[in-house]
Amino acid sequence: MNIHEYQAKDILRAEGVPIPAGEVATTPEQAEAIATRIGGMVVVKAQVHTGGRGKAGGVKLAKSPSEAREIASRILGMTINGLTVYKVLVTAAADIASEAYVGIILDRATRKPVFMVSPAGGIDIEEVAAKTPEKILKLPIDTRYGLQPYQASELGFFLFDDVKKVRAASKIMMSLYQAFMKSDASLAEINPLVVTPSGEVLALDAKISVDDNALDRHPDLAALRDETAEEPSEVDARNSNLTFIKLDGNVGCVVNGAGLAMATMDLVKYYGGEPANFLDIGGSSNPEKVVKAPRIITGDSSVKVILFNIFGGITRTDDVANGIVTATKANPLKIPIVIRLTGTNEEIAMKILTDNGFSASSDMDEAVQKAVALAKGGKAA
Amino acid sequence: MSIFIDNATTLLVQGITGRDGGFHTRQMIEYGTKVVGGVTPGKGGQKFDETVPVFNTVHEAVKATGANTTVIYVPPMFAADAMMEAADAGIKFIVCITEGVPVLDMTRVYPFVKEKGARLLGPNCPGLITPGQSKVGIIPGRICTPGNIGVVSRSGTLTYEVVYQLTRAGMGQSTCVGIGGDPINGTNFIDCLEAFEKDPHTKAVAMMGEIGGTDEQEAAEFVAKHMTKPVVGFIAGQTAPPGRRMGHAGAIISGSAGTAAEKLESFEKAGMGIARRPIDFVAELKARM
Repeated sequence: MNIHEYQAKDILRAEGVPIPAGEVATTPEQAEAIATRIGGMVVVKAQVHTGGRGKAGGVKLAKSPSEAREIASRILGMTINGLTVYKVLVTAAADIASEAYVGIILDRATRKPVFMVSPAGGIDIEEVAAKTPEKILKLPIDTRYGLQPYQASELGFFLFDDVKKVRAASKIMMSLYQAFMKSDASLAEINPLVVTPSGEVLALDAKISVDDNALDRHPDLAALRDETAEEPSEVDARNSNLTFIKLDGNVGCVVNGAGLAMATMDLVKYYGGEPANFLDIGGSSNPEKVVKAPRIITGDSSVKVILFNIFGGITRTDDVANGIVTATKANPLKIPIVIRLTGTNEEIAMKILTDNGFSASSDMDEAVQKAVALAKGGKAA
Repeated sequence: MSIFIDNATTLLVQGITGRDGGFHTRQMIEYGTKVVGGVTPGKGGQKFDETVPVFNTVHEAVKATGANTTVIYVPPMFAADAMMEAADAGIKFIVCITEGVPVLDMTRVYPFVKEKGARLLGPNCPGLITPGQSKVGIIPGRICTPGNIGVVSRSGTLTYEVVYQLTRAGMGQSTCVGIGGDPINGTNFIDCLEAFEKDPHTKAVAMMGEIGGTDEQEAAEFVAKHMTKPVVGFIAGQTAPPGRRMGHAGAIISGSAGTAAEKLESFEKAGMGIARRPIDFVAELKARM
């Protein structure tokens, strides 16, 4: 789960990371009031769950409270990478002498959280990493022991020469690591970590992504979720414990397992169709999810057919069959449904479907071709 | 022959009295797996289905049964503890089916298990099956048939799909392994490729990857350098839209966007066969054997 910059900054501040004062606003008037309280130059920053905010015009400097209001009125409502801006962070502007990068990410290869730091921070950090990898220091951390002071110091010395700045940076590393572990994060990033002309080391931007699997033990973090920052149908799906991503096509897909779901979308495309969504009903056998899936998919009026592709393992196909029957009895479908179902308890599932007037296939290619034909307005073969 | 499990596998089930654990224990026994015991704290002394003894701890179960393998079906918040308990009790092969294990838990579990000299498969995986001998996990037994194709996959149900297509085409499998899709897992593609290369009965390997990360590219490099047996690869997610990315760390650590095109290119470079659809494994494998 992604959280906003202002929320990430609150978490880091609580761990002792020095961050310029700032507050979040949802109206231009609030932005003006916050800028008045802070005094001096402020930065108005769009709060959306995507990168490239600065390049899209979502981050602007304001010299006065009235300018902050005027800028906030332009940024609020703006669309960045398909996401509407509903909130801005108004924060004290800092003079910048240099910019560094500090991040921690869970790394598949080392199976550890890895610190990555670079004295060449800022918006072009990815280019720095690609072209001059020697400017990035990567340090995997054994979470059984945690970040040791000597490691924090090694990271600090990679960024700065001046011992005072090294100490300040090392302290920030320790705080960032604490925040990462306490929030069960998969990513925590400060970019840029700036040095001011007077030699202060400050975090000007922060990102934290929390591991979805860990939200059950962090109700305080789960409460930070901002549903207005997400596609409404995706929110609805998540509240039913489904993974859903909306796409532009017209073949609605309900599949169990992410790999098979993607392979099904690929096959729809292979046979000349366009998938309308990615929808994974997951690995367990909960008929509730199956009942909700068609409702979520048909919420998109461009969908012309629903394709179920279920391969039972831990998912029992009889549970899915019962779910399909219940869902269509409660809300009769206005569009055709194509069912492919095989695996655990397949015989029982087939009987349930046949008894309720459905037909089902056990072949994936056959079912996908049929769904693509129906979506194009043709008759099923 | 096979990899990781065979006729000599003696299995414990951690979480045997749960809904999923119980259901799949019956399926494993029906398939012929030697399930020698189960573990549910507080239910020690009972018998599952009047036949399988249940113990309070893994230590107790190992002492009484001599089990060499365990499969875990406990809820996600307890899975890390279950994996560590199994390794501490001396079990050398641990399969964790549980989905939703917090990733930071795995950063403690993985080194612990490794230091105990055990192999971990999963979490969030379907387990594995050596057709005709033993199944550990949830892969439906009836879609498999004994043979000489090794199968390894990051996905659960996509594994079933490919195995099903192979079986329908009369191409049996030596062992089918689902390594799971979590960011930190115990066994990766390379571990399985290495084991298949050493297994005299495996003649070719089918490998199913997904978009994201660089595991498949690293596996392709391994194939080019160390495999004498043919490998055919598939990548799920060729039509998946690029996600909205937060932060730069992902791109910096991997140096890659992890797209399907990038992965397929690494397969081609490594001289592997490429299956565009699951059904294409049949022809691609036949052409190389």
